[in-house]
Amino acid sequence: MQVTITINGEPVTRDVEPRTLLVHFVRDDAGLRGTHWGCDTSNCGACTLWVDGSPVKSCTMLAAQADGHEVTTVEGLEQGGELDPVQKGFIECHGLQCGFCTPGMMMTGRWLLDNNPHPSDGEIREAISGQICRCTGYKNIVKAIQWAADNPATNEVNA
Amino acid sequence: MQTPAPVDYVRATSVENAISLLEQHGEDARLLAGGHSLLPMMKLRLARPEILVDLQGLSELRGIKVDGGDLVIGAMTTHAEILDSPILSEHYAIFREAEKVIADPVVRNKGTMGGSMCQADPSEDLSAVGAALKGTVVIQGSGGKRTVEIRNFHEGPYETKVKDGEILTEVRFPIRPGAGSAYEKVERRVGDWPVCSAGAYVVVSGGTVTDCGIGLTAVGASHFCAPDAEAYLIGKPPTEANLAEAARLAAESCDPTSDQRGPADYKKHLAQELTLRALRRAAAASQGA
Repeated sequence: MQVTITINGEPVTRDVEPRTLLVHFVRDDAGLRGTHWGCDTSNCGACTLWVDGSPVKSCTMLAAQADGHEVTTVEGLEQGGELDPVQKGFIECHGLQCGFCTPGMMMTGRWLLDNNPHPSDGEIREAISGQICRCTGYKNIVKAIQWAADNPATNEVNA
Repeated sequence: MQTPAPVDYVRATSVENAISLLEQHGEDARLLAGGHSLLPMMKLRLARPEILVDLQGLSELRGIKVDGGDLVIGAMTTHAEILDSPILSEHYAIFREAEKVIADPVVRNKGTMGGSMCQADPSEDLSAVGAALKGTVVIQGSGGKRTVEIRNFHEGPYETKVKDGEILTEVRFPIRPGAGSAYEKVERRVGDWPVCSAGAYVVVSGGTVTDCGIGLTAVGASHFCAPDAEAYLIGKPPTEANLAEAARLAAESCDPTSDQRGPADYKKHLAQELTLRALRRAAAASQGA
């Protein structure tokens, strides 16, 4: 079947099997490898991206379900060559080690701040509770998202 | 890599269209709501439909409203929408308390009321909420609509009264002025299925319990409810001793099995303790505490 999904503002049209999962459409058909493919069981949250502005685990959604919808991936966070504050926060606060969970964490982090610009640490932990990080113990991820809350439009990254 | 077996996909244009597609394809067709139960089942080949009928475009199945004396939740309403609903919170705290511990925030953006009810997992939290509140489901087929009590909805694990060619369109809960309600869950880790959950509503009037409902999930309670415990409590003051005896009766009516979530005796202990905590808070809320 033919599927058209607008990914980061660009329509992507492909012929796919109806059983194609959205995560594979994004990675293999659209060629955007920023979204990671993890547990395949909607547990780990590595594949989290936005569909129509809300975070979704893209391993548990068919590309066909996203036909005609808007998808935003981690590649869509930067604006005009400028990293999103959440991305800068992960750099500033060492919010990653292996980096596998990071794209999903940043998508949820951005979404949280869009809806709650000054979250508590507990609210951040709840927002990312469907996403697993095996490296950081989450502490620096929480700090990274708090950094972005404190620096909503900063241009300074001391990476 | 886990991928569903080959399948066809079509979007329904109306409830009637969905029903006619179901009739056309018989048991080879499955309705697709949020997909967060069905797609994992398809990946594991526990479900192998030939065609998926996607309900995403049916806005008439989505939303929360008051209709007469009932709260009505459309089948395609997501967990996130139930969690955030001021109307539901105004009448029953149990919805918000249960939804806060169902899966995780990202999954709650996709999973739906109707999908959860029709998946009919024996550990489904919304089944306990629905049984506690004595709700009803509306099922529509080509012959019209029928209403089934949630306490009579489950035929067994993963089996419901919804037949081939039918669709669950909405779930209804009677509004009970003065009712307090609460939900208690123990899970192994955040976002997991419950080891045991218990929910309750209580109406206290003139110092006695005039109405109540108790729902339990994951512990083998017949139809997710505990009618003997409810009957015991009606007409009695909501003292700690009476609530404790009701909780004991509720646990007695459960028949949990030992599995990787815990041994049966531990689950039975949880059933009693969590029922007591839910009853305590529901009764206090009804008395304005």
